[in-house]
Amino acid sequence: MKMEKAILAAVTTQTDKVHGSAAVFQCETKEEMDAVAANLEAILDGIAHALSDHLYIIVKH
Amino acid sequence: MNEYTYPILFGIVIGTALRVFMLRTDYRQYPTYLHGKIIHLSLGFIAAALGTIAIPSIMEKEFTAVTFLTLAASQFREVRNMERNTLTEMDAFELVPRGNTYIEGIAVAFESRNYLVIFSSFLVTLCYLAVNIWVAIAAAVLAFVLSNILMSGSKLSDIVSVEHSELSFEGAGLYVDNIYIMNIGLPERQEEIMKHGMGFVLTPKSFSIRSTIANLGQRQAILHDVSVTLGVFRDSGTPALVPLIKRDLNDGRIGVFILPQVKDPERAKEIISAVPVLENAIQMPTKKR
Repeated sequence: MKMEKAILAAVTTQTDKVHGSAAVFQCETKEEMDAVAANLEAILDGIAHALSDHLYIIVKH
Repeated sequence: MNEYTYPILFGIVIGTALRVFMLRTDYRQYPTYLHGKIIHLSLGFIAAALGTIAIPSIMEKEFTAVTFLTLAASQFREVRNMERNTLTEMDAFELVPRGNTYIEGIAVAFESRNYLVIFSSFLVTLCYLAVNIWVAIAAAVLAFVLSNILMSGSKLSDIVSVEHSELSFEGAGLYVDNIYIMNIGLPERQEEIMKHGMGFVLTPKSFSIRSTIANLGQRQAILHDVSVTLGVFRDSGTPALVPLIKRDLNDGRIGVFILPQVKDPERAKEIISAVPVLENAIQMPTKKR
């Protein structure tokens, strides 16, 4: 199956801001968030986009 | 041996030589190797033979023989299909694909070169039989010159001015000049992009050109050509490192963001300037008739 333009995961330090069906990864610090997002980017073949300082989404293009 | 032997031989030799002349191997990578070349040279030989024998057939009042030319036309359309299929198949494995518009352009070029061979052989044989060998030689020279002119399309530098421009980040947004390219979240990725990336701005020289360079196929061709010649800083599974071209909606300028392995702005500028303007991308909104 070829997926296009889908939010694969959200990585955040503010869980109350994210809801829905995508996997949400809660992190304690910005550094942890960066590391998790970098790993997810590589694993999921997606791009980590920053929506704010506290929220990354991993998107498949 | 009869009176047609030498004119036919002459026509075939000139036609085949013309195909050899028009068979270029360059950064466009096709046809690169012996087999690809043999296919095109053989077809060129057949095209030359078909063009040549039309004249003696007419002189012998064998008019039906000319219908062979229609057979040739369908054969060479097949050449176009063959090129299109091969290149499309290969395109899936390129780090920066050519895009369908570019492929179609290459396929059209291969087909039309065979027709140029047919016309040239037709012409030189006609001159040989109707006048003499010297006129035929002159016609052959003319055919080579004309083919050279017809073969070369325009380059990007004819229609746009290319300027090097620094990349910048505003938050997570990557910009070339003031043209937004994409959102890059990770600081690590941003550093890589600032280290390896280069930006260029293409300004159209006239109104009609805006839609030509806005064509997605034309834009993909630019990215492909730069990536082939300068290398590309990416691998499969790194979608954040894809070179991109985005458009300034206000004035039609194009922002090019590339990630070459060799960071040489001057060379990159030359390459972008030399990208062919794709026939299928050309639009003439201001031309009424």
